[in-house]
Amino acid sequence: MSDPGGKPALQTTAGATAAPAAVSIFQIFLEFLIIGATSFGGVVPYLRESLVTKRHWVDDKEFVEMLSISQSLPGLNATNMAVLVGEKLRGAMGSIAGILGMCLPGALLMFVVGIFYRIHGDHVWITAALKGVAAAAVGLLLYTVVNLSKKSLSHKFDFVFIAITVIAVNRLHLGVPRTLIGVGLMAILFHYPRKEQKASATP
Amino acid sequence: MNQIPALIRVFSYLSLLTVGGGMAAFPEMKILTVDVHQWLDFKQLIHLYSVGQMAPGPNMMMIVSIGQWAGGTLGAIAVLIAFFGPTAILAFLVAKGWRKLEKWPWRTSIQQGLAPVSIGLLLAGCFSMAKGAITGTETAAISVAVLLILLQYKINPALLVLASAVVGLFTFMPK
Repeated sequence: MSDPGGKPALQTTAGATAAPAAVSIFQIFLEFLIIGATSFGGVVPYLRESLVTKRHWVDDKEFVEMLSISQSLPGLNATNMAVLVGEKLRGAMGSIAGILGMCLPGALLMFVVGIFYRIHGDHVWITAALKGVAAAAVGLLLYTVVNLSKKSLSHKFDFVFIAITVIAVNRLHLGVPRTLIGVGLMAILFHYPRKEQKASATP
Repeated sequence: MNQIPALIRVFSYLSLLTVGGGMAAFPEMKILTVDVHQWLDFKQLIHLYSVGQMAPGPNMMMIVSIGQWAGGTLGAIAVLIAFFGPTAILAFLVAKGWRKLEKWPWRTSIQQGLAPVSIGLLLAGCFSMAKGAITGTETAAISVAVLLILLQYKINPALLVLASAVVGLFTFMPK
């Protein structure tokens, strides 16, 4: 009956964004459920593979655009992307289906892991292994910082804003909200719209 | 004592701080969940966050564990909705408006300006976690090794985290 392969595209010429009307709420839920259950080590590549390459729900340009919106807003990339793509395909219900599918597998897993850790977390084996895991998580975070810096910084002076932000949070203990608003405003004003700025300057 | 209202308050607040990634909220999360409400200790917070890096999906799912500890199954659900609800609604509203603002010159300014701040917040979260996670030469060596391997090779980070668990098992087991 309902074909999960979803082969639409009667007359898709150039734009792969052609037939969003053909996507059902359940298909959205299922696709994000699969991403939510398989995206080990970071969701973005899995999102691109699924949404752009496999399903053609968004094209590559749109994907980058949505990702940069996700990055600028509060909220995790994974869930913001689910909301944005869901909204594009089926409005509010699409967003809800997307975020539910995205969150369900990981949430269930961490629910169980949390209970297990609470009971067995003091075991010497587990403590030893977790010490390694925590150190690795710090390394992974540093990698994310390096990677994001390479991709999304547009001016050398941005490193000063990074430094001010770190000092404000870690040394001056100003708290994240005040730092975000204070340094954020400074940085946005620094990047004020210069005339003749190319509209297609997005990374 | 019923912790559900406090869980909802804390995690919906933290939700709004996650600009650029979940780690941006980590310094506040540490203060609120560990120091203020004492739902868990700092070491446990670091452990849960780190284990969460091996789970698929959004990388802050360890919040579910905190909710479960503090308020049972209901606590876990409350935390999930509180943490993802506000930002989901915001993203939904912005999705509509943002497209119309394509020609608005400040749009690029906002994106370019928030980029370094969100990276800074991520780094601040990373440092505040490192305070608890990097306890000596061995742990420092593991994080540097993970960083260098990721910079050099295209490898799934979850596998490296898993490998570090094995390294930890052999390195930190009391004799």
